[in-house]
Amino acid sequence: MKKLLWGISAILLVCLGLWGLSNKLLQSSAASGNHKLIIYNWGDYIDPDLISKFEKQTGYRVTYQTFDSNEAMYTKIKQGGTAYDLAVPSEYMVTKLRKAGLLEKLDLSKIPNRKYLGKNFIHQSFDPQNEYSLPYFWGTLGIIYNDKFVKAGSITSWNDLWNKKYRHNILLVDSARDIMGLSLASLGYSMNTTNTIELHLAKTKLDNLGSNVKAIIADELKMYMIQNEAAIGVTWSGEASEMLAANKHLHYVVPKPYSNLWFDNFVVPKTAKNPQAAYAFINFMLDPKNAAQNAEYVGYATPVEAALKYLPKSVRDDKQFYPDRKLVKRLEVFKDLSKSKVQEYNDLFLEFKMYVH
Amino acid sequence: MKNNKRVFFLVPYLLWIVLFVILPLLLIGWYSITDTNGHFTLENYQRFFGSGTFLRMSLNSLWYAFLITLFTLVISYPAAYLLTKMKHQQFWLLLIILPTWINLLLKAYAFIGILGTHGMVNQFLQLFGLGPVNMLFTNFAFILVAVYIEIPFMILPIYNAIADINPAVIQASEDLGASKWQTFRYVLWPLSWPGVESGIQAIFIPSLSLFMLTRLIGGNRVITLGTAIEEYFMTTMNWNMGATIGVILIVMMIVVMLITGQRKKGRTRK
Repeated sequence: MKKLLWGISAILLVCLGLWGLSNKLLQSSAASGNHKLIIYNWGDYIDPDLISKFEKQTGYRVTYQTFDSNEAMYTKIKQGGTAYDLAVPSEYMVTKLRKAGLLEKLDLSKIPNRKYLGKNFIHQSFDPQNEYSLPYFWGTLGIIYNDKFVKAGSITSWNDLWNKKYRHNILLVDSARDIMGLSLASLGYSMNTTNTIELHLAKTKLDNLGSNVKAIIADELKMYMIQNEAAIGVTWSGEASEMLAANKHLHYVVPKPYSNLWFDNFVVPKTAKNPQAAYAFINFMLDPKNAAQNAEYVGYATPVEAALKYLPKSVRDDKQFYPDRKLVKRLEVFKDLSKSKVQEYNDLFLEFKMYVH
Repeated sequence: MKNNKRVFFLVPYLLWIVLFVILPLLLIGWYSITDTNGHFTLENYQRFFGSGTFLRMSLNSLWYAFLITLFTLVISYPAAYLLTKMKHQQFWLLLIILPTWINLLLKAYAFIGILGTHGMVNQFLQLFGLGPVNMLFTNFAFILVAVYIEIPFMILPIYNAIADINPAVIQASEDLGASKWQTFRYVLWPLSWPGVESGIQAIFIPSLSLFMLTRLIGGNRVITLGTAIEEYFMTTMNWNMGATIGVILIVMMIVVMLITGQRKKGRTRK
């Protein structure tokens, strides 16, 4: 018994020692932290040349860390283990972070370059005054199709997915909000509806899509579309731009009557040790020339309107990724719904998946 | 003193059991009888048993687990039997175990390449002028891959059980005029049952909650309780409902253990 106690106290002692050590390390890194900027972003979502350019211009030292889902990022920021100065969540996650009190208010006077942002991309419902966030990239939810199997231009609206021709030929992205959303949009309902009847109608309509569905998957969708496995896929424009680059037969459309508009946004988490550096970086990235360079590298659409003239004409005029303003105005941004509504969306989606045959 | 030492050696094991088996089980139980605000409720269970979706999902899981186990058994039993009759048994055993050294995810991706529209199977079929057959994302593909992955875990225990049988018993049965079928039915099968039993348990129970294969190979067209648990924990973060499904899965597993264990008890009593 004595030995047991000894063992336990030894373990506790080691824990204590490690805790003290880590505290000390953190403190020392904070002391030298005035020239350090820790960025937390999606993987492969920035032109690395821009980071070195920023370091050269400002003298800050950038640490770039990546995440692969909004939820993973949320957990890390909440735990507060690393002092992230800047993060790039999607719009619904901005709301969630803000409600959890994890975001610092932006000092907009430190970011003069925000004037270059397009009007359609600021003052969005998730942050009406842009107090907490500024857009980094934006995009849409849409249909990607392969002109080997589908006549080019024959798909223009969500309802085209229900065509009997495409039996067993459609890949869907495994996301409840997006797939329920497309069914809602095809019925003319809001993609943010909280009306239970509308949701059930949308689910019933989805059930009829069942026989056309080949699979409901996540990242693999990209690979299958590139390898001509399926004729049609439903996915986001950012993913689509990568697929288009790899397979010339693919085309992307933002379907009628409307679709989802999503944003990834700069935010400064409460954990930030060096918000000044974060502001400097946001300002740097919103500079039209830098924004253009980044957009060309990443392949997503930039909200910096003044950057468009620095982009090659073929990119700028690509209606697939820079749809005209009229269309953009009709797109709907996802709102952060109550927990029970999110559950309802997911339950209906799970039920739909059960009966896909 | 001697007693003290023994206790000391038990400590790591006990710590392990408490931290990683008992505590999580208690947590799952606790979550399943509370709501998201931490108040006691039986609503989760009510929802499970009151909804056709969940009941159908449970039946689906049982049905697929049953099919996977059945096919694995049908393939593995003769294979294990032949294995005991072979020369170089260690070598053949090694070949059977070899695939388990490869990561499951890697094997699943390999099957995607084999079963796809432009995969090897379809290229082979096209040699005979047969058009591309849609194999990936079907129930057939799901069961095929699951069976492939589980086969080593069935062959090994059965092989061990058969290898332990004294050959004299088989010879005696033949000498006494039993037909081949009778020898199998009344001598070989009962004597090898312990191996079959552990094989069934090793396969049926994990098959109940397969969820990675249901997505990668089944394309989410095969939905099991495992899929639901993943969704409740990862997407909607409703841990309480997820835990409830977990409890029900545990109960199902206990039932399977009891059913397979029963036969053994009955036989030893005789």
